[in-house]
Parts: sequence; structure tokens; C-alpha cells
Amino acid sequence: MTRIFKRGYLALILLFLYVPIIVLIIQSFNAGVSRARWAGFSLKWYVDLFKSPAIMNALYITVTIALLSAVIATIIGTAAAIGIHAMQKRPQAFMMTLTNIPMTMPDIVTGISLMLLFIFTQVKRGYITMLAAHITFNIPYVILSVMPKLKQMNKFSYEAALDLGATPGYALRKVILPFVMPGVITGALLSFTLSLDDFTISYFTTSPLVQNLSTLIYSEARKGIKPTMNALSALMFVALLILLLAVNRRVSKTQEV
Amino acid sequence: MEERPQLIKLEDVSKEYDGTVVLSDINLYIRKNEFVTLLGPSGCGKTTTLRIIGGFERATTGRVLFDGEDITDLPPYKRRVNTVFQKYALFPHLNVFENIAFGLKVAKRPKDEIKARVEKMLSLVNLKGYGKRSVESLSGGQQQRIAIARALVNEPEVLLLDEPLGALDLKLRQEMQLELKRMQQRLGITFIFVTHDQEEALTMSDIIVVMRGGYIQQIGTPKDVYDEPKSAFVANFIGESNIIRGTMVKDFLVNFCGANFPCVDKGFGEDVPVDVLIRPEDVQLVEEGQGMLKGTVRSVLFKGVHYEMIIDTGEFSFKVHSTAMQPEGAAVGLSIIPFNIHIMRPMQVDAFEEEEAEE
Amino acid sequence: MSNMRFPPWAIWAMLAGLAGFAAMIAASVRHNRGVRRSLFAYPYGLWMVVFTIIPLLLIGYYAFTNKAGQFTLDNFKTFWDSNYEMNKQLIELGMDPQTLGSARGTVNVDTLVYSLWMAFLCTAICLFVGYPAALFMADREFKLGSTLVILFIIPMWMNFLLRTIAWMSLLEDNGLINTILSAIGLPRMQLMYNSQAVLLGMVYNYLPFMVFPIYNALAKQDGKLSEAAMDLGASPMLTFWRVTMPLSLPGVISGITMVFMPSVTTFFIPRVLGGGNTEMFGDLIERTFLSADNWNVGSALSLIMMILILMSLTLLRKVDPEGEGGSTI
Repeated sequence: MTRIFKRGYLALILLFLYVPIIVLIIQSFNAGVSRARWAGFSLKWYVDLFKSPAIMNALYITVTIALLSAVIATIIGTAAAIGIHAMQKRPQAFMMTLTNIPMTMPDIVTGISLMLLFIFTQVKRGYITMLAAHITFNIPYVILSVMPKLKQMNKFSYEAALDLGATPGYALRKVILPFVMPGVITGALLSFTLSLDDFTISYFTTSPLVQNLSTLIYSEARKGIKPTMNALSALMFVALLILLLAVNRRVSKTQEV
Repeated sequence: MEERPQLIKLEDVSKEYDGTVVLSDINLYIRKNEFVTLLGPSGCGKTTTLRIIGGFERATTGRVLFDGEDITDLPPYKRRVNTVFQKYALFPHLNVFENIAFGLKVAKRPKDEIKARVEKMLSLVNLKGYGKRSVESLSGGQQQRIAIARALVNEPEVLLLDEPLGALDLKLRQEMQLELKRMQQRLGITFIFVTHDQEEALTMSDIIVVMRGGYIQQIGTPKDVYDEPKSAFVANFIGESNIIRGTMVKDFLVNFCGANFPCVDKGFGEDVPVDVLIRPEDVQLVEEGQGMLKGTVRSVLFKGVHYEMIIDTGEFSFKVHSTAMQPEGAAVGLSIIPFNIHIMRPMQVDAFEEEEAEE
Repeated sequence: MSNMRFPPWAIWAMLAGLAGFAAMIAASVRHNRGVRRSLFAYPYGLWMVVFTIIPLLLIGYYAFTNKAGQFTLDNFKTFWDSNYEMNKQLIELGMDPQTLGSARGTVNVDTLVYSLWMAFLCTAICLFVGYPAALFMADREFKLGSTLVILFIIPMWMNFLLRTIAWMSLLEDNGLINTILSAIGLPRMQLMYNSQAVLLGMVYNYLPFMVFPIYNALAKQDGKLSEAAMDLGASPMLTFWRVTMPLSLPGVISGITMVFMPSVTTFFIPRVLGGGNTEMFGDLIERTFLSADNWNVGSALSLIMMILILMSLTLLRKVDPEGEGGSTI
């Protein structure tokens, strides 16, 4: 009895989370423009999607920014985590507080403060500024994913490598990096998804000429979202799902060994 | 033993962390092929000393010499020493073979040589056929052997061992003690071993270096350190002991517990306060009325090989080990032969006097 | 503010510094020894200074200056009284604002109070809905816990603006819900453009952030603890209240933080699902900056919000000094 209740409760919550998504996917196959009325099945919006330069451009910007910002943030963040980990107690605590600042800052303040910086320094807002902003909010997440791994590491592992004749660089590449790699990957994936989904910070740090999907959707929201957008997000959703399944399979495979 | 050349020498080495002194004026030399143990309670500086020899810490002052060459500033990967770490520090992402091969790969040895040497090491530590295993699947004792093999495969001139047996259970520890000793003798390598376990130190070492609070208290063979401790601290730390405040009346005569005892020590001066050490097994129980002191048995504990009795003489409670049991409450006499009465300078000054270090 | 200029070469200097650090580290990694690993954190430190510290200082600068760049507290007075500037000008023109009927404008304060109230409601709902969900998921008999976590994450991959907009098709006057209602003979309802719709959108978006940390805290709890409690005679109910629940508090705190913070500052959801009178503080800041083009007041508003958030975080930290529940996703 309680079991049924518990499962029913969870199912209900999942339903709540998935209903809008299902609706959205159904709409993407709707031949009509109206959100409410079903006008028959059609792939029209999927075809339109690839013909819309605005959407394709926004897609390109979104994906490249997500990739670039994830890669750069992962490099800077991983190096930072290793550096902070090697520090003495007090500077370490200081750096960790510094890392927590952007995470406790509301997105809108982060966005606006960066906008002020770019206007103040007369840097034209666009692709580069948006990229810099995304890197900025991604780095702390990378640090926070790598740090626990570093703490888990036997503190003598690094010294053991030096003891066996490895130079610090070699020890870093062959001992520290392989060990923290799971954390690095988590950080990179987290960065990628955060960047993909970001709206608020992008909104303040780019110009209307350089739009990612979020800002494009926002600017279209008042005019009414075209079903092409639904088609796109349905496609991205499926793509990410496949990616997740692939990653999951790889992870479970490597864990078995 | 005296002819063996000095291999490692620490000269006036001291170490500070943020103004806290953890090592003071360490002077120590270690000869080739010796099994040297740094022994002391935690925080005595033994691990720091080892890490300075390994190159992981830099001495604040002083020099480290290796074969007459100054290696004070040499990084660990350029030193001809290898370390077996506390809790082993095996690389979890590498398998057993790769762990042992790590140092050889760094040195860019040819593949077949690496394979041959690793296999040889595996059989030396009795783990033949374990090469493909993941290190995390091994037991503590096996990991221990891998850590030793990983260090020894590089044919270091000195092997540093930082409490390597601390995580093993008693029986395994005793087995490993013998095995390590055997390995050291067979390979002819200098071992520097850090432990806080006095029994381990007594069993394995050629030389024991007793440390406390960043100072060397005494250096000597296990027998020296046990029989002729230089201070009450050493006496207490190594083996069980009765330490009694007494007065050196003159050479060969000491007064404690209200009686004069002949002894074999001299050179302390006349009427000088001293600490008197008597090992529990050196107190002989005799009939009441005989012997130099009389006392009452307070408690009796059976310890397997012997009985441990606490005997109260009024001035001092002696701990006595004997195979013959006296019942609780019995009145007995105590007798101590001169040879077993050991005189030491009192505790307070001992921190300042032992630094000239070597025998 | 146009007289405040940042020389363009400063940017290049910063970039050059960054590149220099990178090169230095690369070199020291290739060669050896001597390199202190703490140096690895320097590029990050520099990045943080340029892209977090300086921008924050800019907000502080604008909040305490007027358009001419002089120090002033007027921006904060404007927060308290949105008519402050206007009344000041009226007084300068020799008129009495009160006789003209221009009283204190309470828009800003009201919006803040409304935002806090909405965020509080959203957090409370998320907690009451999310805690049982996390509890059931972490149940040891329930084997699908970790799978369910992934099922909670997946919806977040769909662009959150689109997901929010998707609610429109459910809620609008001839949307799915109303269609169903009328089909079974019930009257249609006004579901959109009110506070409830905004709240729904917020709960929908932020619920997973409440469930994850609580689930983590519960799942890593040693099952033996509750067994021990029952062994000592505690009923399942008592075990929950005395053992399981207190131990999950770090997760709850972290969940509250992660829901409350974005809810106070959300500015998209009220725009889509809310009506005219549901503006929240995030909207207000955005509007002040971009529509009213008043950076000074906008910065003051941002500063006030940050201080509020920092204060609530400090309060929450007191309950959970270790910050243990921090790990999520």
C-alpha cells in the first residue's frame, strides 16, 4: 500500500516535469501554427528549421560557445584546482571563498556586472564577450568538481612518482591528471550543459546581432514562438539523450574493468 | 661494521614550518648496508627526517650529503633513494605491473628489460602472476609488497620506509618484519625505516635512532639502546622500566628508596641527583627480610610468559616481571644486582646534551 | 559616465598577462623542479579579478554615484521612494511635491517584497513536494533511485525558456487544460497571467534543485543508523524525525539555497506567465538598466539584492556550517 503510494507520488512528479516537454514535442509535429489545435501530423517544421538562417546561426553560436567555454573553463579550472590544492591553508581558504562568490551571485547580477565591464572598457559586445562570460560562470563548477577528486587522492601519490624518478611535469601528467580525470569530465559536461541552457547572462553580454538559442527564443517569445523552435529543441533533446546513453554505457564499461 | 663507509650524512639539519621548529640540529650518518630505524612517538620528527633524506622537504638549515656529495637541493627524482610510503601510495589507475614499472618507464628502459625486472621483483615479493591485477583488488599485505617492489625495482642505494607496516595486523606485521630484514640482507641495500613501534625497531635494526621533540635522543645498536638508555625517556620508550629518583653518593654507589646500592656506573660526581633505571625483569623477588628492600604485592597480572606484579615498597611501586608468582598481599624482599642498576642524568636536561649524536 | 574611460591597451595588457602566465606554466611543466604548483591557480585568479571582482566593483561604483560620477546615496533613496528624483526636481523648481499629490513611490520596495514572498512560497512548495520525493527515491527498497535522478535531470536539458513557454499552451484560455475542463463539462478558468501561474512556472523550473541535494544527503546516510534507532526502540516515525531528518538537514539547506536564490531573481518566468502586476525584482533590475537606461539606480538595486542574498546565505550557513550538502548533480 505505502509502496504504491510512494511510487505513485514519484510518477506524479515526473509527469509534472515531463508534460510540458511532451506537449512541446507533439507541437513540433503539428501541421498547424496554433498551439492549441491539432491540425494533423507533419514534418514541415523540421524542414523549415534547416532553412531558417536565424535559427541555424543561433544553433551554431550556442553549440560553439558551449564547446569552447567548456574546454577553456575546464583547462583554467583544472589548473586552478591543482594550484589551490597545493596551497597552504590560508590562501587556499581565500581562493575557495573567491570561487564561491560567482556561485552565490544571482545570474542577473553576474550578467549586468559583466555588461558594465564591457561597456566600461568599450569592448563591443558579441561573440567574444559572451564566450568570456560563459567561461567565467563555468570555471567555479569545474573547480568544484575537480577539488573533491584531488582531496581523495593519496597525498603521497605525487611524491611517490617523484621518488621513482618522474619530473614534476611527468608526475602531473601521468599520476595527478589520470586520477582526477573523472572530476575533470564531470566539470566539462556540467560546463557544457550550463552554457547550453544559459539565458540570463548571455542576454546581458551579447548584442542583438549575435544571438544564441536562448536569446533568440526570448526575442521571439513576445511575437509568439514558431513551431520550428519546438522542432529544434526536440531534436536537441533527443541528441542529448543519445549522448547521455552513450556516455553512460562507456562509464559502466570502464567501471567493470 | 666499523669499516663500512658512510653513505648518508645529515649535518646540523633543522626544519621549521611557519616558525614552528620540528627538527633541531640533527647530526646523523648512516653507513652502507645498514638497517637504520628512526624511532620515536608521533611528532618527534622522524618522518620529517626521512622526507628530508628523500627530498620531499627542504631542510631549513644544514646539509644532506650522499656519498660525500651535497644533495641538499637535489629534487627527489634525481636522488638515488626510493621510498615506501605510509599507506603505500600505489597509483590506483595503474595495475600491479604498471605500478612497479613506473620508475623504469620514467628512466626509459627498454621494454623487455622492464618486463624482466618487474617479473623478477614480483617473484621476490612472492606475488608472481599478479601483474595484471588492479592494485585496489589486493589485500593490505599484498599492496605493501607491491609498494616495496615498486621502490626496489629501481635498484636504489637506499630504501626509505615510512611506517610501512602500520596498517597491517599483528601477525602479518611480524611476518613482514622478518621478510624485510631478509630482503635487506640479500640485496645489500641500506634501509632507513621509520616507526613508532619499539618492538619492530628492536627486531629489525642494526642501528636505532631514538627521537623526541625534534631532537635525537640516542643512537645505538638495539642492545645499547635497551641496556644503556641515555635518558629516562629512552628507557621508558623502549621496553618497560622502573625509573626512580635517586642520588649518586659517589662512584659505584647510588642511593634510592632509602637504601644504598652498589652499582657499576661512575663519573656523575658526588651527591648528584640522578634517575635510576631498573628493568622489571631485573628485580628479583626473595624471602621477606632478605634483599635490599621489602615490599607488599599490590596486584598480579598473568602475561603469558611471566607474571607482572606491582610491589609497593612505601617509597616506590616497582613493576616486576617474574615467572614465579607471589600472591596479592604477600610481603616480599627485593634484590637487584649492581650490573642491572642503570644510572642516567635526570630528565630535565636531557634535551640539551645528546646532540653530539654519534657513538 | 562617458568621461570615465578605460584605455583599450589595458585589455591587451590583461590578455598578455594571461598568456604570459600560461606560457610560464607550460614551460615549467616541460622543464622541472622549482615550479610551485600553486602557480597553476594564478591564471584563474587573474581571470576572476578581471571578470568577477572588477565587474562587482563597477556595480558598487555606479550604485554610489550619480550620472555625473559624483558620490551620492540618491540611488538608494530612489529604491525606497521611486519618486525621489522627480520630487527632488520639483523642489528645485520651487514646487511642493506634496501639494501636487506626488507622494512616496513604493513600486521598488513593493516589488522586492513581492519577489521575496514569491520566492518564499516557491521554496516552501518545492520543499514540501520535493522532500517526500527525495525520501522515496532514497528508500533502500527502491532500486531505481539513481535512474530516477537522471529522469529528473533530463527535462533540464530542454531549453528552460521553451519549457516555460510550453506551459503557456497548457494554461492559456483555450489551452489543453481548459479544453479538457470544458470537455468534461466544467467551466473554463483563467489560468494564465496571474501570480499562481508564475509560481507554477518557478516550482516547475526549480523543483529538481530541491530534490537532488536532499536525495544526496539521504542516499549517503548509513542505513545502519536508522536500524540502530529502531533497535533502540524508536518507531519508524520517531526514527525519521530523530535520525533521518536531522541528518538530511545539510541537503535541505543546500536545496533551499539553490531554489530560493534563482527564484528571487528570476526575470523571464513572470514575463511569460505573469500578467501586468506580477513584476519581480529581476524584471525591475533589467528594466531599470535596459529600458530606463538608469545604470546608477539599477546598480543600487542589484547591490541591495546581493546583500539580501548574502545575508540569507549567512543565515543558512549558521544552520549548516560545514556546507556539506553542497554537492549536487
